[in-house]
Amino acid sequence: MSKPKFAMYWAASCGGCEIAVLNIHEKILDVDAAFDVVFWPVAMDAKYADVEKMEDGEITLCLFNGGMRNNENEHIAKLLRKKSKIMVSFGSCACEGCIPGLANFSSLTDMVDTAFSTITTDNPDNFRPQTSYAMPEGIITLPTLNPILKTLDQVVDVDYYMPGCPPESHQIAAVVDLVIAALEGKAQLPPRGATIGAGDSTVCDECPRTRNVKAIKEFGRIQMTHADPTLCLLEQGIPCNGPATRSGCNARCPSAGAQCIGCYGPAEGVVDYGARLISAFASVIDSDNPEEIDRILDGLVDPAGQFYRFNLAGSLLRASKAAQKG
Amino acid sequence: MTEETKPFEPVIIGFTCNWCSYRAADMAGISRMKYAPNVRLIRLMCSGRLDPTFVFKAFAGGADAVLVSGCHPGDCHYSTQNYKAMRRFHLMQRVLTQMGIEPGRTKLLWASAAEGQIFANAITKFVEEVRELGPLNWNTTTAAKEVAPEIPAEVPAEEVQA
Repeated sequence: MSKPKFAMYWAASCGGCEIAVLNIHEKILDVDAAFDVVFWPVAMDAKYADVEKMEDGEITLCLFNGGMRNNENEHIAKLLRKKSKIMVSFGSCACEGCIPGLANFSSLTDMVDTAFSTITTDNPDNFRPQTSYAMPEGIITLPTLNPILKTLDQVVDVDYYMPGCPPESHQIAAVVDLVIAALEGKAQLPPRGATIGAGDSTVCDECPRTRNVKAIKEFGRIQMTHADPTLCLLEQGIPCNGPATRSGCNARCPSAGAQCIGCYGPAEGVVDYGARLISAFASVIDSDNPEEIDRILDGLVDPAGQFYRFNLAGSLLRASKAAQKG
Repeated sequence: MTEETKPFEPVIIGFTCNWCSYRAADMAGISRMKYAPNVRLIRLMCSGRLDPTFVFKAFAGGADAVLVSGCHPGDCHYSTQNYKAMRRFHLMQRVLTQMGIEPGRTKLLWASAAEGQIFANAITKFVEEVRELGPLNWNTTTAAKEVAPEIPAEVPAEEVQA
């Protein structure tokens, strides 16, 4: 009997997800033992044509990371969806846009200008990448950029979501174990559309810091203050995204003295991550005076960046039909 | 009338609290006051119930503006929750601006149950202000333009060398 097939692909992402997969250490041997790795551009040589030749549903498990930045990303997402039984939206980029999704704050023109004509770019002739170019040998083409970055589930149906930037290795190992057990008939996969490899509570729930009453008179940046290492960071006026962020990372950042930046995405039941954080942050401001509230809020230098660092492409406003038109 | 000559009628979603502002709207109705029909009111028990998600969903679903209305500060039926609404509103407006939605498209209005006239006048004024702004334009209003001036034009060379 041939082994079930495994694929992993990266669209608009940094490659950290692949590293996280390899970071499961000797467990990767279990992956190799249980699966036949058929397509994984980062780790092995494979051609799109090989995938195109496969039967529909031939790949058992596909971990897809990265957002939909261009039409090549979308093409491969659709192709892998067709060829895969279980399509996992893997990592923050695929689930909610992540850092590449921050480009959705600006127009496509602004984004390209920033990439090709800022002071740190050596581009004296002000070249811009062209999507097709006539060479003596024929016309060569490059993928076309989407007006905005989309998440994977805005383009294809997704079976499971696995959040994290990148997903924690112990969570990946647990998911791999689960899928292997399910293939052997020893376990059951969660219902379709579920979030796997993460908790269903918030980072605050896992955070070891002590929480008392939050009453904030001033927001400060963590690098500008001497934060108490045992006390809740938000209580100390440091913008920590824990209250709206999904658990599953063992509160890694707050435990290490840094604020949660929200890479595990919205907690269970949160529709719009940023909106939930607006509620959480504003509620604990200790003032009833509009001017003082404004002064306190000035301490949050870039609120949209704070609240949507990972979630912009998946946010209600930026994922709306009107915004998707670009 | 053709599409071009039809005046732009803004769609405004209004969130009112059960105890003051919804009753102000009621009062305006009972008193047969006339005001612009562009606002669709949704009653909440308290303005403090207003989750910014509601506002974001309204904009995402095609609203041109959102009105949030509650009891006057100090008069909240649930003692202090309208202050909470105020804080959230201030922060929400900042985020919306960065997301490309002008501050003029959201309005916080205090109206007691007796202030039907104030409520009606405020709505008529708000509708005209939003009509002036035009339909919500997702293409041109980008946060990059709002944030850009804060980044220094000249990147200090000393910092780059490190």
